[in-house]
Amino acid sequence: MDIIITNNSELPIFAQIKEQIKDQILSGELKENDMLPSLRQLAKDLKISVLTTTRAYNELEQEGFLTSRQGKGFYVMSGNSWLIKERFIQEVEANLQNAIQAARRASMSDEELVQLLKLLMEVEDNG
Amino acid sequence: MDNILEIIHVSKQFPGFLLNDLSITLPKGFIMGLVGQNGAGKTTLIRLILNMLEKDAGEIRVFGQDNIIHEHLIKEKTGVVFDQIFYAEDWTIRDTGNAISVFYENWDHDLFRQLSERFKLPSNKKIESLSRGMKIKLMLACAFSHDARLLILDEPTSGLDPVSRDELLELLQEFIKDGERSVLFSTHITADLEQIADYITFLQEGNMIYTGSMEELLDKYQKIKGRIPDLTWELEQRILGLRKTDLGFEGLVLRRDAAHYNNCILDKVTIDDIVISHSKGRGQS
Repeated sequence: MDIIITNNSELPIFAQIKEQIKDQILSGELKENDMLPSLRQLAKDLKISVLTTTRAYNELEQEGFLTSRQGKGFYVMSGNSWLIKERFIQEVEANLQNAIQAARRASMSDEELVQLLKLLMEVEDNG
Repeated sequence: MDNILEIIHVSKQFPGFLLNDLSITLPKGFIMGLVGQNGAGKTTLIRLILNMLEKDAGEIRVFGQDNIIHEHLIKEKTGVVFDQIFYAEDWTIRDTGNAISVFYENWDHDLFRQLSERFKLPSNKKIESLSRGMKIKLMLACAFSHDARLLILDEPTSGLDPVSRDELLELLQEFIKDGERSVLFSTHITADLEQIADYITFLQEGNMIYTGSMEELLDKYQKIKGRIPDLTWELEQRILGLRKTDLGFEGLVLRRDAAHYNNCILDKVTIDDIVISHSKGRGQS
């Protein structure tokens, strides 16, 4: 598992950890039933507080990405990779809805919005 | 016993100074930072915990036990690192280890030797010839060698070079890694705390301004900066530690108030920002 923390991010540290773990679950780098580093090991390795790593793992558990086994630690949720994908799709939906609302406020036409999305996707793919 | 340290309504008065009704809880397995200006009462609090000073009111429980009735037992499991070293200057490191070992039932001679080696403390070197960083490592080696469960450090990082500071922080994290030990750590170098502390207690002139999770404290405030024309009377009343110049103003606001002022620049705060702003107070500066 790779996690890189930056101080220059808009996101607080616990959210940076969450994002990176989610990405690695979806990309398959972290597989079902893989064990994650312990809260205290992660805190020590990243030189951050234990409460921060606890918050990241707990929220990932509530969101259904991780599961904790009493006294053993945290594991990647098993048997539910479609569920995990579903959660990512929900995230995409929510963000697109924000984009639609912002576009309406800016009086963009639907066509302009779709074109902008296509353009951004091309940039992303080429970048 | 989930709390390593409980301070319950503790007060202590000196001529011209009152440590006023402090209640603090440090759970097992975490690091708490103690911040505040000189004279805020940090060292007084530490001395009260160690029963080096007598409190006027309240209760202090360490490992769930009264700190005076069970003083001996508590000292057995508590390690201290002070600003000044309290070992004899003309002793060698080996002598110091031997001398201290008699005070502790759980002293582990092998561990002390291993730690001395790991911290690059030559056993025949005299205390007086040690650098500040080495003295602190020696005090830590002693604390670790008697299997301390609570480590109390008073200004351990002041006067340390950046490399030694980094090493110290890493050792503290290693210390709490098994989840059974805690650290109470007073410092002026708040960047250290922002890295590793789980909890913060902030004292000002003997009063407690905050005790709780560090993340919540940093989350509570935002730094606000803007042009003088944007500084309304209403905003001015809400700003802590207001600083005005010809070019603009800056200070802290509560995050929940900050949303009303999106014509200003809002920024993350540091512990330093919070300490400095509280010392300046609210409103006009």
